[in-house]
Amino acid sequence: MRIGLGVAAVVLLLAAPAAVGDPFIQRVAALVLLTAISASAWNLIGGYAGQVSIGHAVFFGAGAYASLLVFKLFAWPPIAGAPFGIAVSLVLALLIGVPTFRLRGHYFSMATIAVAELIRIVVGNWPLLGAAVGLMGPAVPRGLADLSFLSPLPYFYIFAAVEAALLWVTWAMARSRTGYYLRAVRAGERAALSLGVPVLRYKLVALLLSAGFTALAGSLYAVMVGYVDPESVLGILVSVQMVIVAALGGAGTLFGPVLGAVILVPVQQATNAAFGGSGSGLTYIVYGAIILAIARFRPGGLLELLHWRPRRAA
Amino acid sequence: MILAQVIVSGLLLGAVYALFSSGLTLIWGMMNVVNFAHGDFVMLAMYVAFVAYTLLHLPPLVFVPLAAALLFLLGLFVYAAIIRHVTRGPMLAQILSTFGLALLLRYTAFWIFSANFVTLPDTLVGGTVAIGGLRLQAARLLAGAVALVLTVGLHLLLTRTALGSRLLAVAEDRAAAQLVGIRPDRMQGLAWGIGAASTGIAGALIAMFYYISPTVGESLALIAFVTVCLGGFGSVPGALLAGLAIGVIEALSAYLIGAVYQDVVVYALFVVLLWFRPQGLLGQA
Repeated sequence: MRIGLGVAAVVLLLAAPAAVGDPFIQRVAALVLLTAISASAWNLIGGYAGQVSIGHAVFFGAGAYASLLVFKLFAWPPIAGAPFGIAVSLVLALLIGVPTFRLRGHYFSMATIAVAELIRIVVGNWPLLGAAVGLMGPAVPRGLADLSFLSPLPYFYIFAAVEAALLWVTWAMARSRTGYYLRAVRAGERAALSLGVPVLRYKLVALLLSAGFTALAGSLYAVMVGYVDPESVLGILVSVQMVIVAALGGAGTLFGPVLGAVILVPVQQATNAAFGGSGSGLTYIVYGAIILAIARFRPGGLLELLHWRPRRAA
Repeated sequence: MILAQVIVSGLLLGAVYALFSSGLTLIWGMMNVVNFAHGDFVMLAMYVAFVAYTLLHLPPLVFVPLAAALLFLLGLFVYAAIIRHVTRGPMLAQILSTFGLALLLRYTAFWIFSANFVTLPDTLVGGTVAIGGLRLQAARLLAGAVALVLTVGLHLLLTRTALGSRLLAVAEDRAAAQLVGIRPDRMQGLAWGIGAASTGIAGALIAMFYYISPTVGESLALIAFVTVCLGGFGSVPGALLAGLAIGVIEALSAYLIGAVYQDVVVYALFVVLLWFRPQGLLGQA
């Protein structure tokens, strides 16, 4: 019965953007899913493993740049760059993760932000990558492989498929040995170590999965938007977006990042539409306040709030 | 001669880095919390100096202590209102609380002052001084000297006074300190106050010659992280040496490679340190 209801709800949600027919709403729906993908990917390491990355933009940017770079260099369809972006991300993840996962949690956070800034500055001065101007995708679609559509609907369905796959991976991971180990690590690293959990290895597994999917999200972004520059895909605000979406919905829960995206993306689109460029500053004041408030009062995010009430009543 | 000039101005800026990094290392050593808003505290102090000078025409002799006092209060407030409640929570809460605070401060400044870079006039602290063939900006010289004295002063406060002993006792073992009648909450709050005051002074000092912008705190925070890691966590003398070293490294890389890469060199140094010597140059393995 519950499964039947769930399936019906998912089918309804998937059909809704097509039924609405308004391209603006369809675009927002697609952006919600794209945001949910990167936040779900962040959630693997930040939520499940409890290792807070505040530089995930570096993985997102790797995917985004790789996509448009293969187009610039070889005239390949941008999505063909995704594997390269993922590969670069995995290397960067090892570079950050191997040394810091032996240290306490802060070091990982500091290293992520330092590497993200380092890469942003280097990319912003590297002519091959378009320096400060960035890279463009195909001006006109040359075929279906370019995945360049006028309507936001195809993107909505592509993103939905990717997010479904990512949620399945997350669910499978959480139920596997890796998931149990990660929960132990998050609850208390020293205790986990002394019980013989190979902490370093499992944190790395979570980080690599997370980095790979974040790079894929970056590639999808580049394919849809057709344009990248250092600030829009490597800036600290890209990392902030992932953190806040996951933490608002509920870090370390399966659907938390989705809930966060459903709430935040429409709000962000509305404030941008209402205030224009000057609204972005205000948006991030509010983001800062939300992150602070969640950390201070409700580290479990909104999903925890929903789960709590029935148990207390019972 | 130019090289000597570059190295000396690197040392002077490095002394200011050492001052605010000492604040970070004090907080970190006291309670194992990294203040991700540390750079934004410095930014705030820079704007305190800017507003005090442009609106109220206050001289550095007034606005530096003013920034120190305001940031001291901010530090106490942040500890009482936020940090005290998240230290026993999950790591996620600890990191996100100061990171959220950083964003809040940064974009509030952005909203009030806009993204434009501003500077205080060069003439604020009378032009340049010639010392042994080197021509140094008087403001940089003053900032470097004051920062050096205060960083050494902080070290003496921690190692030579009863208050310092109480602070270090809490850093070493919170529960044991409580048993001998020290209130850990007070000491930790005080550490936040002192740590933030160090950013207050440092920020007001560099405001005399550095560009002021809402996002300046991001790179300053990273500089403080590198300084603390290089100097060894919790160590003020380590932070002093590391701050000076990083000032010189930055100045040399700006001179030899190009100004846009000066931060890249410092961040790369951070990654190299994490790989090969995470306990810092002075720390024990």
